[in-house]
Amino acid sequence: MSFEIGAQLPEQIFYVDRALLKQYADASGDQNPIHQNEEFAKSVGLPNVIAHGMLTMGLVGQYAADWAGGSAQVLEYSARFTKPVIVPADQKVDLTVSATIGEVFEDGSVRLDLNATSAGVKVLGMARAKVKKV
Amino acid sequence: MINPDAIGRTFKGAELTITQNEIDSFCAVLGEKNTSIAPPTFSIRISLDQSQTVLTSPEVGVNWDRIVHGDQKFEIHQPLKAGDVVRCDSTLEGYKQVAGNEFVTARSDLYVGTKLAITNWSTLVVRA
Repeated sequence: MSFEIGAQLPEQIFYVDRALLKQYADASGDQNPIHQNEEFAKSVGLPNVIAHGMLTMGLVGQYAADWAGGSAQVLEYSARFTKPVIVPADQKVDLTVSATIGEVFEDGSVRLDLNATSAGVKVLGMARAKVKKV
Repeated sequence: MINPDAIGRTFKGAELTITQNEIDSFCAVLGEKNTSIAPPTFSIRISLDQSQTVLTSPEVGVNWDRIVHGDQKFEIHQPLKAGDVVRCDSTLEGYKQVAGNEFVTARSDLYVGTKLAITNWSTLVVRA
């Protein structure tokens, strides 16, 4: 399979709501109240409840894995948590993900440069996944 | 402030066994249908718990309530699966102070038996 540097992958939108945050808190063990309790989140200076950075990174990783043909195809994955995904009550907010092929390696694996936004704001910085597409 | 003597040290974790239920729960959140292996970010569940244990120990002295996750990297040599007996060793690899905030990089090496399955790095910011 040959890949062209700069080629763009189709955009995908994930939807994040408070129920998903609770589900991720239970699945990950991260029960920090800033991800579940609006009053607490605001008391520490946040605009509202925010998603776990690792939930955002997990969903973007899912996008990369889906493109590559499964979780086993993801060899490396990194990101900075630049801005939070803000999740008001009774709303589903978007996590919009796209990617560009940034590098092609000799073994056929590629680096995906991932772009993730929510409500038009970029939420991850330097998000990159090295994947080997099946 | 983090005890400077802790920087550079490796803290060995306890062995734990990955269960199918843990993988199923994680996959369900992400929408992954193939639950035969763990998703790429699953190991954070183990490594962040270990980092919390290490950093909040009296000899290191971090207040976990002040921690913000700055960045994260995974190198996956072998995906985790149910039944794997995993040991996570944490090394406090890097440290700097910027404008009163402390940045500590915890490297987590996850071994299945003697094989290094995953290395991940978490930069954790202790807010001033």
